[in-house]
Amino acid sequence: MTPEPLVETRSVGRSFGRLEVLSGFDLKVEAGEVLGIIGPNGAGKSTLLAVLGGAIPPTTGTILLDGVDVTRRPSHWRARHGIATSYQVPRPFLGMSVLENLLVAATFAAGSRGHRAQAAAVDSLQRTNLERFANAEASSLRLLDRKRLEVARALASGPRLLLLDEIAGGLTEQEVPELVELVRSVAASGVTVIWIEHVVHALTAVATRLLCLSYGRVLAEGEPAAVLASPEVRRIYLGLDPEVAAPAGGPDA
Amino acid sequence: MSIVNAVIQGILLGGLYALFAAGLSLMFGVMRLVNLAHGAFAVLAAYGALLIVRTGALNPIAALLIIVPAMAVLGFVVQRFILQRTLGTSPLPALLVTFGLSIIIENTLLLTVTADQQRLNLGSFDTAAIALPGGIRIGAFPLAVFVFALVVLALLSLVLSRTQYGRLVRAVSDDPGTVQLNGADPKLIYGFAAAIAFGLVAVAGVASGVQTSFSPSSGSLFLIFAFEAVIIGGLGSLWGTMLGAVVLGIAQTVGAAIAPAQQILIGHLVFLVFLAFLPGGITRQKALR
Repeated sequence: MTPEPLVETRSVGRSFGRLEVLSGFDLKVEAGEVLGIIGPNGAGKSTLLAVLGGAIPPTTGTILLDGVDVTRRPSHWRARHGIATSYQVPRPFLGMSVLENLLVAATFAAGSRGHRAQAAAVDSLQRTNLERFANAEASSLRLLDRKRLEVARALASGPRLLLLDEIAGGLTEQEVPELVELVRSVAASGVTVIWIEHVVHALTAVATRLLCLSYGRVLAEGEPAAVLASPEVRRIYLGLDPEVAAPAGGPDA
Repeated sequence: MSIVNAVIQGILLGGLYALFAAGLSLMFGVMRLVNLAHGAFAVLAAYGALLIVRTGALNPIAALLIIVPAMAVLGFVVQRFILQRTLGTSPLPALLVTFGLSIIIENTLLLTVTADQQRLNLGSFDTAAIALPGGIRIGAFPLAVFVFALVVLALLSLVLSRTQYGRLVRAVSDDPGTVQLNGADPKLIYGFAAAIAFGLVAVAGVASGVQTSFSPSSGSLFLIFAFEAVIIGGLGSLWGTMLGAVVLGIAQTVGAAIAPAQQILIGHLVFLVFLAFLPGGITRQKALR
């Protein structure tokens, strides 16, 4: 018998009014995977992450964590059970220091107390290169550092599954490799990652599997290079002529 | 009556107003909810204490041991099942619902306990006083209320700034959505904040019932004093609330020394001066401290 996947969706659908953003979506993610998700705007990527993180409930289908149905569990329950989300637009607690922001996550999501919470918060500060801002108010951080704090918060909450929602958006070309390195080290420490991104080369650098979504359905899935080379992905997502061979290194979006 | 005496009595009165205002300030700070039924709940607590005093032959202080936990539970329940549904981007539903609650409480009391003025009696402690030179007398009970208010606010302030739960409350006040990502349920935190606020207003209602008489319609005056203290002190700051309450108390007692019939009017005038020239209050803080 094969072990249960860490997270699984069974025919998950989500509609907003009459607009069906996700439909009949099946996904299995094994522990230790780094799953990259690409797709055109409006493909349902962010909706998928929101449904996995519990920010919005699915209209249909079930979500399983370790084989247990968690479809009706709210986001704070999921945060306590190892599902952490980093959003594209960070929303830190602006009136609190960076360290205090992380202490909230370490205390209430990871369930650490006292010195262990402090250690977890400091560890996530170091991993995201934010040590020098530890005592700065979160409101004083510029956008890039707020994004780092958003990832740090997710790390401080002790995740088993880390959901990353376009965290490379708005970064410069020099900053992306640093972020890729961070995700790689997080994955190496045993955290499963699902990463939505338009910066495709960032994904291909760490993803063990790539999935291309379009209109709430899977367009292509598998080994990253193979997915990027598939004719549908090249035509619908990358806007390239499927007859011409892919350039080396993969295109940037 | 000398001005010095009036100021001292005003400071002590400020302790009582601080107890009224702290709950209002806390609920606004944590969940951005303005509870217009705050005064009505204080009156409810005073009548609850009166009932316990009459049936159980307890004194009002002992009645607090029953009435404070009861009001805290009521606060939790009212928040979870009524007020939680009114929270959102618009403050209007909460204002309407709490205003409705205050009408329901006031009229239910009118029907059941009549409009008669009541008073809670502490016996000899009521009139006990410390005599100071210059003919100044400090009432033992007002002094006890003032010290209690100081201790409660210090404790609350310490919990908010130093403990992990205080940090969580500040986080909820900042962004309830992000709090969920951190594994905590804002609704539960709101419930506990309401429980603390209702416990405080119960103490305030009973203490006020010992110092002056009350009737089912006393709630609106309590509410106005609490509002004035919060605004004078500055929204969202607990120490500011204490300071605002003391300013209001002094304004009223000094006003009474100058024009005995116009005590409350002079309090309102001082409040209006603050609203006109220092609308952010004495502390002008944005975050909950």
